[in-house]
Amino acid sequence: MNFRSIFTKTTQKHERLASQAVVPDPQRCVQCGICSYNCPLGIDVRLYALQGLAVVESKCLTCGECVKRCPRGVLRFDAAPLEQIPLKAAK
Amino acid sequence: MSLYAIIGSGAAGLAAANAIRARDPAGQIQILTADPHVHYSRPGLAYVLSGELPEKQVYQFPREFFARQRFEFVPAGVQAIQPEAHTLRLQDGRALRYDRLLIATGAAAAMPDTPGMHLEGVVKLDSMADCQHILKLARHARRAVVVGGGITALELVEGLAARGVEVHYFLRGDRYWSAVLDEVESRIVERRLAHDGVKIHYHTNLVEVQGQNGRVTAVQAEENGRPLTLPCQMAAFAIGIQPRMELAVQAGLKVQRGIIVDDHLRTSAPDVLAAGDVAQVFDAQSGQHLLDSLWTPAIQQGRAAGANMAGGDVIYEKKFPFNVTRLAGLVTTIIGRVGKGETAGGRPKGDADVTGIMRGDSELWRLSPEAVAAQTYAGDNRLRLYLKENVMVGAVVMGDQTLSRPIQVLIQEQADLGELRPALLSDNADLARLLGDYWEGYRVKHAAKIA
Repeated sequence: MNFRSIFTKTTQKHERLASQAVVPDPQRCVQCGICSYNCPLGIDVRLYALQGLAVVESKCLTCGECVKRCPRGVLRFDAAPLEQIPLKAAK
Repeated sequence: MSLYAIIGSGAAGLAAANAIRARDPAGQIQILTADPHVHYSRPGLAYVLSGELPEKQVYQFPREFFARQRFEFVPAGVQAIQPEAHTLRLQDGRALRYDRLLIATGAAAAMPDTPGMHLEGVVKLDSMADCQHILKLARHARRAVVVGGGITALELVEGLAARGVEVHYFLRGDRYWSAVLDEVESRIVERRLAHDGVKIHYHTNLVEVQGQNGRVTAVQAEENGRPLTLPCQMAAFAIGIQPRMELAVQAGLKVQRGIIVDDHLRTSAPDVLAAGDVAQVFDAQSGQHLLDSLWTPAIQQGRAAGANMAGGDVIYEKKFPFNVTRLAGLVTTIIGRVGKGETAGGRPKGDADVTGIMRGDSELWRLSPEAVAAQTYAGDNRLRLYLKENVMVGAVVMGDQTLSRPIQVLIQEQADLGELRPALLSDNADLARLLGDYWEGYRVKHAAKIA
């Protein structure tokens, strides 16, 4: 009777990493920037989160660093939308 | 060309400015701010304190973005609002005309009237400047005392502990954040703090902060009725916040605990709106005007207010405020009504450690859910749900966050849990599995709504 029963199995996790993208829930985001700071490839994940867009970027390794580090559970792996409006630059 | 003035450059102010620019490419947008750091993620300061983030990372918009949006920042305090004349009097003597004004002044830390508050080493965590000040002092401090409750107190406790300072945390009552957390949750947090070396003093009231040569040297307190002298170099306070509404009071706007606004974020004065921590917003469900001090509602209010200033007709609906935060390293989500429903002086009652609302807090959480609870815990993982007839109206998810988003969606969408209710309320129900299974079906059926 514990929470582990709904934990993802490792094999499922690997499938997920290959087929899914980092998807934000912008309602939870406080734009602290821990995600962008910890991305090994320097993707500005926060900018995606701010606009509620999935991180659909060829550079993204789906390594999960941003998902794990986010202190507020903003990011998750999920099916990437087939089409999304492109990221608007804030830079 | 319309003249827009916004007092405050925080979450609500900037969101409003962006919303105005989206509707009115030509209007003049002036943002008046007394904060030299202008705009940054205020919640991010906790992670700067703890050393997880470098300071420069919490500025989410570069200056060039502001330039492209043609925001004019006026680094001046406002002396007075003159609603009839549509004019602001600035502290430097200038006058500034506006067509529409937004008050987004936020809230400031309340400080106790204990002797010694003027000493170097007495700190709060409102702004980037406060954060920098704490970090500077922490380099040389051996011991710090933290007084207060809620999220900010723990940010101070954990931030200072992470910097190698010995932290003593004073609680007036017998447990942490009793207005929102239940005893199981308070104890989980306290146990984890103790494990990290934080010394918690229960039933402890601060009497005086003592100093020498203008610096903090010790605090005097009463612990269980006995005097306690604790030598220390810092005394940090998070006893609540007060909406910065002096300007609104002076201008004769309708205020209570904050500036009263309607569902369009309009104050009682024509062409003056308010949003964010300073606004006391109507909640249709409880029929009361309530305060929030939350990042996302501040942005949503700012957006709605900005759109309305630029000629829109946008209604802000309060719904179920929620926050995801870390308490003693444990991610915790609080959604909707989870409190005991106690009131004092017409406001939802806090706990003994705080004067009123805190940062990262919502008055709505303290309202009674008037519903039955279902709860479970395993180790540091905790789930507490409130079911009112067939819908969920509040929840606390501590530790494992697998169900945090599903529960948030089920509450916000007011999903009909009728078929699940008997199982959830049965003895020894496996709430995590029941909700996990239900969610799998729900998300498939309502995929469009959730995305």
